[in-house]
Amino acid sequence: MRELLFSLALLFLGGLIAIAVRRRTGMAQLAGQIGAIAGSALGLVAAIRVLVSGDVQQLSGTWPMPGGSLHLEIDALSAFFLLPVFGLSVVTGLYGRSYLAGRDAGRGEGSAATWFHLNLLTAAMALVITARDGLLFLLAWELMALAPFFLVIFDDRQASVRHAAWTYLAATHLGTVFLLVMFVLVGGLAGTSDFSGYAAVLRDNPTLSSGVFVLALVGFGSKAGIVPAHVWLPEAHPVAPSHASALMSGAMIKVGIYGLVRILTLLGTPPAWWGWVLIAAGASSGVLGVLYAVAQHDLKRLLAYSSVENIGIILLGLGVGVLGLAHGMTTLAVIGFAAGLLHVLNHSIFKGLLFLGAGAVQHAAHTLELEELGGLLKRMKWTGTTFLVGAAAIVGLPPLNGFVSEFLLFYAGFLGLVQPTVNVAVAGLITLVAMGLISGLAAACFAKAFGIVFLGSARSHEAAEAHEAAWPMCAAMAIPAVLCVAIGLAAPLVVSSLASVVAGASGLSEGQVRASLGVVTASLGIVVAVFAVLVVVAGLAWVLRAHRLARAGTRRAPVWGCGFLRGTPRMQYTASSFAQPLTTQFRLFVRNRETLVPPSGYFPVRSSYASDSGDPFLRLLFVPSFRWFSQAVSRMNVVQQGHTHVYVLYVAATLIVLLIWGSF
Amino acid sequence: MSAAHWFFSPVCALLLAPLLLGIVNRTKSFVAGRRGPPLVQPYRDIAKSLRRGAVYGEVTGWVFRLGPVVNLATLVAALLVLPFGGVGAVVSFPGDLIVLAGLFALGRFGTVLAALDTGSSFEGMGASREVHFAALAEPALLVALATLVRVTGALSLTDIYGAVSLATWARALPALALVAMTLAVLELVENTRIPVDDPTTHLELTMIHEVMVLDHSGPDFGLIQYGAALKLWILGALFVGLVVVPLRSFGLWLDGAAALLGMAGLAVAIGIVESAMARYRLVRVPQFIVGAATLSVVAFIVLLV
Amino acid sequence: MLDTIHAIGLVSCFALLGTSRIGACIRWLSLQGIVFGLVPLLAHDDGIGLRVMLLAGGNIALKGIIFPWVLLRLRSRTLYPREVEPFVGFVASILFGIIALGLSVWLALELKPALPHAPFLMLETAIFVISIGLFMIISRRSALMQVIGYLMFENGIFVFGVITVVETPLLVELGVLLDAFVAVFVMGIAIFHINREFGSMDVDQLNALRG
Repeated sequence: MRELLFSLALLFLGGLIAIAVRRRTGMAQLAGQIGAIAGSALGLVAAIRVLVSGDVQQLSGTWPMPGGSLHLEIDALSAFFLLPVFGLSVVTGLYGRSYLAGRDAGRGEGSAATWFHLNLLTAAMALVITARDGLLFLLAWELMALAPFFLVIFDDRQASVRHAAWTYLAATHLGTVFLLVMFVLVGGLAGTSDFSGYAAVLRDNPTLSSGVFVLALVGFGSKAGIVPAHVWLPEAHPVAPSHASALMSGAMIKVGIYGLVRILTLLGTPPAWWGWVLIAAGASSGVLGVLYAVAQHDLKRLLAYSSVENIGIILLGLGVGVLGLAHGMTTLAVIGFAAGLLHVLNHSIFKGLLFLGAGAVQHAAHTLELEELGGLLKRMKWTGTTFLVGAAAIVGLPPLNGFVSEFLLFYAGFLGLVQPTVNVAVAGLITLVAMGLISGLAAACFAKAFGIVFLGSARSHEAAEAHEAAWPMCAAMAIPAVLCVAIGLAAPLVVSSLASVVAGASGLSEGQVRASLGVVTASLGIVVAVFAVLVVVAGLAWVLRAHRLARAGTRRAPVWGCGFLRGTPRMQYTASSFAQPLTTQFRLFVRNRETLVPPSGYFPVRSSYASDSGDPFLRLLFVPSFRWFSQAVSRMNVVQQGHTHVYVLYVAATLIVLLIWGSF
Repeated sequence: MSAAHWFFSPVCALLLAPLLLGIVNRTKSFVAGRRGPPLVQPYRDIAKSLRRGAVYGEVTGWVFRLGPVVNLATLVAALLVLPFGGVGAVVSFPGDLIVLAGLFALGRFGTVLAALDTGSSFEGMGASREVHFAALAEPALLVALATLVRVTGALSLTDIYGAVSLATWARALPALALVAMTLAVLELVENTRIPVDDPTTHLELTMIHEVMVLDHSGPDFGLIQYGAALKLWILGALFVGLVVVPLRSFGLWLDGAAALLGMAGLAVAIGIVESAMARYRLVRVPQFIVGAATLSVVAFIVLLV
Repeated sequence: MLDTIHAIGLVSCFALLGTSRIGACIRWLSLQGIVFGLVPLLAHDDGIGLRVMLLAGGNIALKGIIFPWVLLRLRSRTLYPREVEPFVGFVASILFGIIALGLSVWLALELKPALPHAPFLMLETAIFVISIGLFMIISRRSALMQVIGYLMFENGIFVFGVITVVETPLLVELGVLLDAFVAVFVMGIAIFHINREFGSMDVDQLNALRG
């Protein structure tokens, strides 16, 4: 516990010093970076110690504020969720200095503020994850919600950035409203704001539990980015600094998942329909998220939508787990939860990596527009290679970590199929179909992302002049890339070490969890052996081909163009055309707006094509309803007179009304 | 695990897979009234490609060279978990069918990225189509396997195919017939045979798979050709193992021989289909795949009620 | 046997949803008519009497042979496009079919207690075929496809009637058959004449006939 407190203090201190010396950019950067890396490393130590030893660490004290108490606790579940938070914070700390130095030329104070808010965000997330008191939780949650606002609004001179930041702020507060209602409701009934008191009122009250579940799903879901509450992600992530996006997408949205899981642990045995709701939310978020991701042509927007997809995968896992618990199928529940939780960790690793890679690309080529990139692998070997690892991992390809969590989820789906209960079998089939569709579409999406950005030849002058990122940035990308491979190859070990976490999340005993995980880890052991064969065969084939070519020789020539020999980079297949068959196939959901001026006549002069992949939920649901709301609210304008004395009158009137109300 | 397991699953596949292509081509020639190439022609083609030097496009890098290698390696690794008729796979464990799907996805990813590495518009087009159809074919394969899992109650390919017997067919005839149809369609789709794609076509604009490997040459192309044969074998084995059940359970070697016979029959059938059918228009291919997946969904629902 | 009929019935519906050629649709409809014609022979345990034989035979002859033949003739006599021209795309139609299938299973489960004698599979098939028939009428542009949808709808009602009304299916059935018979011929004649007059069969354009 002491490490955690020191870690939070270091993070905060680093940020404060950075602000204090903000005029001297170098000093500010150094202070912020040291605070981030040292503080997060210390926090990582605390989390790992709890995971290894299995001891729960507690801290409780009173604080001078009315209501609530300072109750912190690190159990296995909290420690597990601290891993992505602190782990990513170390990596982004390493990355951030060079990144900001390049991006922030001439705006010294901006980088100090970025460090401050970044460290504040990390500390707030850690506080949310360890808080065991409703009021403390909400305060930390609000801190965690506000810090990214200042990160998103980094480039505040652009109107689009300000718009994105306000979208984020509105979305996060709409979600917080539900959480506020939930905590007030439960806290009021329990008579305490401490989590330990919640379970008592919730366990034997199915109606209340269900209400709390729905509130938690909506409230935490808006932070996690469940469809349709995902609209802030593709707005906010592209404009924030890349390492902030990495932290937000890798860790912050997972805190939403943490909140949901934590509330689930307080609710007792779930009814089956919760599982169904989670599966439905997961399947729709997953499929729609990846469909929208395929349609994007801004690299970071694409990654943001892919986060929506991965949140869907996580929810599918949790949904199968909850369904298993509801039907008393222990193995199904354990594997479902394990799949969801492991994917939390995995996604934070590869999505962090991909956002950092996108940052390096932006740094080098000054754009994230896919149609202007290309051929970067040759000029940016580290960035390209690590991005490829991240892309393959996020698609769920063997032998990387993404495959391991998707293996668990598929396994849970197949396991559901063989249960005699028809409902569970249907849920299993839905999981499998959704996952099949998601992984197929994700392959399309990331083949596009990597292929268009890094392969072929450069589509713009800037991309042709791109340079590799500075070494700290490369190192920061190499760490998660190595982890992707390592978790893939150490799959049985990783999965079996999840036992205490899964036990914490599902409420089953650790013995039961270990027994159930035993089956999958045995399978995963053989899977790793198959991976080994895969690598060996690939090596042999490579040697064979190299040996042959050494003898027969190679030469270079233009690629085949039906005899046309002077292909230009502009003639390459574009990102939009790559995605076009899929967006057309799923136009029911994707709703790209296209404007086409076709060439006409024998000597066509002007022709153009433009497609706008704006979010249909934003366009068709939120914008109209907000417009309606703002119209409705604007009728209240009469009370706003603009004279100070009228406002004082309002205050006085309110006071009097409260006094009268209080005296009864 | 006996010698028979090793012999039928990986060894036969590695040795005989190109022969399957030979039979297909021979059948097509026969139906068209020609003598056709000898059965061993695919072997000769592969050997010839392996002997030759390679020409690389000007912008291609290591991804282009790695693609065919990865693709081949995934297919060889897939042979480890693939049962052959009644003969079990070399390794079998609960969940090995997920590994099969994962390996297919990896191989495809490698091929697609290699195609995009050329910067050629044709290959980009092929890659785009490949990922499109694959995104639909993957759920189709999973639903087919899911139905088989539901029928047999087993979670590994070897157990599933081991549990399929005449009695199973009698018990779940409509469901198994529908799944077999899905698998047959997938064999055509994944291997881009007619009516989905024509492996012998010469018009780049209409190709799917072949256009992605347009710029591969020499040993790389040899590996691709061999990989294509293996993939035809693997998906074919999934179909044949389900269908040649009446010739089942006289012992491992007989089972294996029966399945080999079944594979030859499948190759002849593919040849006949290719001779008798025209290609679908490109926009019809997704319908074809979704339709195939639907068959398995129907099979699943038939099983439930 | 009933489960095979069930499977063929479902597959024919999906084929009808996913086929773009009208000729193929008519052939699938014919298969469906023949297969459903067998239901009366199998649905009841109390032996096969003459009445049941007549019902089955009449149904197979009408819906398996005569109607499809009429429709095929109509198709070849009119200069009508061979394609279905859907308002709703084929893949979307198939997805609708899957959802409808799920709903019919659920509905059949709900109806089951009320109809203890009816075989569950046929109950579900009937509901599904009815829903798909309605969907075809709504979602297809061509008048011929609307006739096909109507006939599917009738197929569903037939199966439903055969399995639920134990005592007097003949009476019910005769009425419905007559209805369908008239409908097909009226539609057929109308289509023929409309086509001759206007050279088009698009129902979307029929509103031009409004006075």
